[in-house]
Amino acid sequence: MGRAVSDGRLLARMLRTPGNALALDAAGWTALLAMARAEQMIGTLALRLDGLALPDDVARILADARASAAQGQVAALWEVEMARRALAPLGEPVVLLKGSAFAAAGLRAGEGRSIGDLDILVPWARIDAVEAALLAAGWEWVKPNAYDDAYYRQWMHELPPLIHRDRDRMIDVHHTILPLTARITPDAASLLVNSVAIGPGVRMLAPSDMLVHAAAHLFADGDLAGGMRNLWDVHCLVEQFGTAGLAERAAHHGLGAAVARAVRLSAALYGDGAALTPGDHACLRRVTARDGWGRATRPVTRLAFYVRSHWLRMPPLMLARHLWTKWRTKPD
Amino acid sequence: MRHVFSVRIGPVGFRVGSAWRAPIAQLETLYADYPKPDVPDFSVRLFPARPWRRVIRPSVTIGGDFMLPDAAPLPLEQGLLAAEMGMNLQMALGQRRYLLLHASVVERDGRALLMTGVSGAGKSTLAALLAARGWRLMGDEFALLDPATGLVHAFPRLVSLKNAAIEVVTRALPEARFGPLLAGTPKGDVRHLVPDAAAVAAMDVPVPPALLLFPGYGFAAEERAVPPSEVFVRLTQASTNFVALGERGFDALARLVKTVPARAIDYPDTDSAVAQVEKLWAAL
Repeated sequence: MGRAVSDGRLLARMLRTPGNALALDAAGWTALLAMARAEQMIGTLALRLDGLALPDDVARILADARASAAQGQVAALWEVEMARRALAPLGEPVVLLKGSAFAAAGLRAGEGRSIGDLDILVPWARIDAVEAALLAAGWEWVKPNAYDDAYYRQWMHELPPLIHRDRDRMIDVHHTILPLTARITPDAASLLVNSVAIGPGVRMLAPSDMLVHAAAHLFADGDLAGGMRNLWDVHCLVEQFGTAGLAERAAHHGLGAAVARAVRLSAALYGDGAALTPGDHACLRRVTARDGWGRATRPVTRLAFYVRSHWLRMPPLMLARHLWTKWRTKPD
Repeated sequence: MRHVFSVRIGPVGFRVGSAWRAPIAQLETLYADYPKPDVPDFSVRLFPARPWRRVIRPSVTIGGDFMLPDAAPLPLEQGLLAAEMGMNLQMALGQRRYLLLHASVVERDGRALLMTGVSGAGKSTLAALLAARGWRLMGDEFALLDPATGLVHAFPRLVSLKNAAIEVVTRALPEARFGPLLAGTPKGDVRHLVPDAAAVAAMDVPVPPALLLFPGYGFAAEERAVPPSEVFVRLTQASTNFVALGERGFDALARLVKTVPARAIDYPDTDSAVAQVEKLWAAL
């Protein structure tokens, strides 16, 4: 059984149909747990498999993973509260993105999800005030390099990352959801206008905009690293909120193709399947490039997607200049 | 991975995969009497940073479920040390069931003595010497405190002896089994001591903690009580997962500190340390 599927599809199959896990042997479980850890999905897996009659060792490991995910959410929600307090005097609500939004709103996508940084969205016009308020509240710069700092400020969709000096937690302050250098320009103002209150001073994007953001991150910006988890988010959001009006909203942001692909791939991995294009198959090969030791596999595919992500992110001449500068100032 | 070894140490199962046979062969010999896990808690990987470094000037990178981004690789002759460091790393970064305290632990009369302190304070040496005098060795690196029960679980991995301690312990335990001498590692000379049969046989038996010691080597023999507030702060620093466990970790540590007496002892040599420990234990 452990031999039959030896890439990320093993993890996908168990998330889709938890009952399948009952047929795993010890080698299959070992591979599954290593993959789930490497994809930072062991908490999600643990919640999906909760209640099944699992082997003792596995039950113990997954109970630890559930407790760990629960504690991770406590810490993540505390960061949300800290950011809310820092920005309250400005009259700015905290508009949460990704994991902390799912957790704060109690969405299905948040169940067991690991949450790293706090990602928030603020209006472009208020970015300086927000930055000053966060610095005053104890967050500090982590990018010491002047080029990186200037690059972020001029070209990125977010401020250079800040880390809180006492709690050692990172905050990413976004003003839109794609780099300014990308060919596509989503409508950031309407992301904020359509955001939904989930508590006093705390908001999340409208469900269709959360899907647009997930798709943008995966296909228009990133190299599909962490794709298994991002597609699980997409799957859960689609399951919980449906896709009514999604295509129009995606088209409004110029991300119709990315969103359609995200929905197809999440259905292929975690849902009822979908008719896939050759490009979709290539993406799936990249997303599931993981072995039973948790190692990244398929280096050529990964490299191709890495190159593609930079190609999408900035025009060729700028890319050349960027890579040249990065290469010359390589820290080690 | 080409070569694979798995072992259960106390309540924790490991699998170690390696691109080379040698470290796996050494683990098989030294952990021969240990049980195997069904499904291991953690995976460790020993691999070359670049493919050719498997053969040319072979160098061992330590990876696994949990990794440090900039861990320096070790030469293949120190592959056993790399495996042990890899297992420790999984515990330090990944263990979420037990509160981990950086301490050696020995047991007598069904109660545990925990010895914690900075590297070089003699934790491993004292544990090995006490084991030579009939104490049960529960571990030389981590005390596993169960937040649910307040009991300490054994984690008797190979005892890692460094520099001068190697000579002291080989003399005290002439019958014991040792790993190869690993000279010139980043931690100096290292030699591993195999815990005795009693330690392995009883490793599934957790016991309540009875005494906490903070040993300090290189001073005139002295002893003082350590107040709970100081113990708490020192143990938060000696724990790798106190923050990650959140409230469970806080409660477990608070309970330990409130219920278990703590002493700091200074000692000029190991003989007097052993005498001091046994005297304190007898007075409990």
